Amino acid sequence: MRNAALAAKLRPRAAGRRLTRPERAELWLGALAVGLLALIAGMLVFVFRQAWPSFAHNGLSWFLPGGNANTQLADVYHSPADPAHYVYTLRAWPILYGTLLSTGLAVLFALPFSLLCALFMVEFAPPGIARLMTPTVRFLAAVPSVVYGLIGILVLAPWINDHLVSASFKLDVKPIVPIGGGGLLLATLILTVMIVPIMIAINADALRSVPRSWLEGSAALGVNRWRTWWKIGVRTARPAIAAGVVLATARALGEAIMLAMVSGSFIFAPNPLDGLNMLLEPIQPLAATIVVGAEGLSVKPYGQTLYAFAAVLLVSSMFLSIAGWAARQPMRRHGVR
Amino acid sequence: MSATAVRTRARDSASSWPLLDRVGLACCWAAGLALAAVAAAIVLYMGWKGISQLKPSLLVTHPTGDVDQSKAGGFLDPLEGTLLLTGLGILLAVPIGVATALWLVEYGRPAPLARAVESGVEIIAGAPSVVLALFGLTVFSSSGLSFMSFRASGADEAFGRSFAIAGIVMSLIALPSVVAAAREALMQIPNHVREASLALGKTKAATIRRVLLPSIRPGIATGTTLGMGRIVGDTAIVVLLLGNTLLTEPQTDVPVLGLLRGTGSTLTSYVYNNSPAGEGNAPDKAYAAAFVLMVLVIGLNALAARIARGRDGGPAWIR
Amino acid sequence: MDPLMPPPVRRISLDAPPTVVEPPANGNGAGAGAGRARAGAEPSPHAVERMRCEGVTIAYGPKIAVNRVDLSIRQGEVLALIGPSGCGKTTLLRSLNRLTELTPSAARGGRIALDGEDLDAIEVTELRTRVSMVFQQPNPFPMSVFDNVAYALREGASRRPRKPALAEPVERALRRAGLWDEVKDNLEHPALRLSGGQQQRLCIARSLAAQPEVLLMDEPCSALDPVSTTTIERLILELREQIAVVIVTHNLQQAQRVADRVAFMYLGELVEQGTSDEIFRAPRAPRTRDYVGGAFG
Ligand SMILES: Nc1ncnc2c1ncn2[C@@H]1O[C@H](COP(=O)(O)OP(=O)(O)OP(=O)(O)O)[C@@H](O)[C@H]1O
Ligand SMILES: [Mg+2]
Repeated sequence: MRNAALAAKLRPRAAGRRLTRPERAELWLGALAVGLLALIAGMLVFVFRQAWPSFAHNGLSWFLPGGNANTQLADVYHSPADPAHYVYTLRAWPILYGTLLSTGLAVLFALPFSLLCALFMVEFAPPGIARLMTPTVRFLAAVPSVVYGLIGILVLAPWINDHLVSASFKLDVKPIVPIGGGGLLLATLILTVMIVPIMIAINADALRSVPRSWLEGSAALGVNRWRTWWKIGVRTARPAIAAGVVLATARALGEAIMLAMVSGSFIFAPNPLDGLNMLLEPIQPLAATIVVGAEGLSVKPYGQTLYAFAAVLLVSSMFLSIAGWAARQPMRRHGVR
Repeated sequence: MSATAVRTRARDSASSWPLLDRVGLACCWAAGLALAAVAAAIVLYMGWKGISQLKPSLLVTHPTGDVDQSKAGGFLDPLEGTLLLTGLGILLAVPIGVATALWLVEYGRPAPLARAVESGVEIIAGAPSVVLALFGLTVFSSSGLSFMSFRASGADEAFGRSFAIAGIVMSLIALPSVVAAAREALMQIPNHVREASLALGKTKAATIRRVLLPSIRPGIATGTTLGMGRIVGDTAIVVLLLGNTLLTEPQTDVPVLGLLRGTGSTLTSYVYNNSPAGEGNAPDKAYAAAFVLMVLVIGLNALAARIARGRDGGPAWIR
Repeated sequence: MDPLMPPPVRRISLDAPPTVVEPPANGNGAGAGAGRARAGAEPSPHAVERMRCEGVTIAYGPKIAVNRVDLSIRQGEVLALIGPSGCGKTTLLRSLNRLTELTPSAARGGRIALDGEDLDAIEVTELRTRVSMVFQQPNPFPMSVFDNVAYALREGASRRPRKPALAEPVERALRRAGLWDEVKDNLEHPALRLSGGQQQRLCIARSLAAQPEVLLMDEPCSALDPVSTTTIERLILELREQIAVVIVTHNLQQAQRVADRVAFMYLGELVEQGTSDEIFRAPRAPRTRDYVGGAFG
């Protein structure tokens, strides 16, 4: 048998030679995997090619503030049919800013909250409560985003509108921006609720896999349970926690429907000068902008503009994947994982 | 342990801890209880809304686009759409996903290619579903692939919308879960199992079919249910790739193909369209449909958890 | 002695200049044959009882690992626990600073007292600062060497000390554990990259830095070369006067070298205890004789 294998290796591959069955299996499986890869690569190329005109026409100012993005998008949508006169002018800063703001704030709130919840779950909750926490987290992670959006738009947005928005503020800004209940605050709040379970799950898993001997070593030195978990547990789990942050950020960035429902759906850059009222101002993050504009995809320049948003999202999610990988590296120094 | 009274484990009291540590512990409790409160609020509210709005008749009547909520009909079509799309997506995702995982773990050469495939799957897993939907919409409205697409009667422009197209894109979002679960399962099979099979003179292909595939079945099942959960819960793809219709509209009368080329709705798009954000505005119907949707998705997740139980309890279900 | 009556306790800081007991070149008459390698074989006349176990029973679920053990742990003499593998030495040791409570399935019966005070009445973190433990498996934290040794000083203090203030106690602890010369050039070296024996000494240093009153050492020399072993044995003899030391060892020569009192455990029971000479020269119980005889017979 070995001779036969050797002979097969030595024989030059004849073009029409029949493949043996194992070889065929490998070939088929490999072809499928490579086909998948080709599809993904094709998708990347396609998205970036479609997105190119929008970037090319605006240059770097695509990413900068200037003018009203709502009217700019409307102009793009209504551009003349003649390809020579397509309108592409767009300053997408308010969209990017809204995305950064909602995602960043949500992750900022979710990180300490999820870490505390994970610690509670793993160590500090009495056994009865701890047993209930896992299904709770699973439940929150499983609720579809459209349900979160529904609760946001039907329950929370009216409540915010009635209780938090002052009439004078509404009147003041009325010429510039409509204030309903939906806006930065609501978007951030629901995003937080959506990403917290992911982060809790990852954090709790990481905390559980901290070697017991380290925790016992710390306890044996007379360090109390809180410090032991904080200094040894959380410290050891840091890379996984960072990876969880990255995953949650990617999830928040890509969330479209829920944000289209509760973010106010008006392209606006919340103004820090408005103080806390800034939280009530509407935003329209990238993914939500795509959903809201999808009907206009058949208008070529508009479609290409949407692809530009998609390209930004794809690039960010790829960077986040790399960041997630990098986040898992540092503990190698200490020989962990 | 007869004579001696055995004490069970005693916990230390926090009263002697430094103030900062006690504050931390209090925050810990507060966070845990807040989380439970949020979950309880959602369960109670959605349960209450769902049970008060959901009538069995809604599940079997067609929706009508009526402005008046009481006449807006049920959500039979969205329910069918959800089932159809889930079936379609999973039917595509599972074979491709398992094959990819098999190739990655069992062959995986040339190594750079394997790494490229891995990163490709990673990219898909990280890509927002709305981006995938946008991609599908444009690709399938191009002339070469438009045969799969729905056309409005009279118009000869392909919209790039149909169940078939939505199903294909849905399979992409289920794929990473399947690949990950199958890979995990394959990697847990110790090498001596493979060696034993090879030593009996079986070929590698036979080993895969007879030995490996059967033993990773629970892994595949986990991945499948998780992928189904993702498909059932996804909205962006449906809204983009099926459009704003409520009724299932087959393209032709041909039984299966006509339906695949037709459009319709799913529970998620039904909820979206009936919320104030969509075109119809029937919040009661939206609540009822959202309740059904939640029950479905949570059922699927619970199922996945059940299948995965007993194996390592890692958070495979997160994706 | 009534366990509720606190005995007079001499609390000597570990920072006090060590009273080095040099092992003489050969034993003094009595133990020459057995290689008894140190002077002052007799237990210190002013040994003070620090801990006391009465009918201590520890079970993991249905399995009883330690069965009705009575034991007295004294400052001024070193207690060695010996016995075959799996006889419950580690379990007994862990119960002495309530580490068994970290194992959910473990349950304890009987009573243990520290300075006459019931263990359960002492706040557990305080107890563990007073009774510290060196584990059987070296378990340095995933930090630098310096941070490992400074850990207890930093986290135990109510106000976090600054790094310069820690340099001195860290160096002293490392010196006493015989590790200083190997790590002094790079105190920021990750502790998990040290060799097994270095890790073991690092864990000893880490416990020393915490300045315990009772030190429990679970096979502290299992991974050490003869030179390091001598260093640690010297350290134990040094500590003997300042704190109570319990050492678990499988090396009977070592037990004989360092221990004043020896307790032999078998299948969870404390078969016999007595002075080192009693156990090794004239064991009463046949089991002890068999076990000790294997080494010396
Ligand atoms: N966490 C645990 N759960 C259940 N049983 C345990 C646990 N730890 C120890 N045991 C059991 O308790 C008995 C005593 O174990 P212990 O570790 O105290 O032995 P030991 O004397 O230290 O042995 P060695 O010399 O090998 O270290 C053993 O039979 C062991 O199987
Ligand atoms: Mg042991």
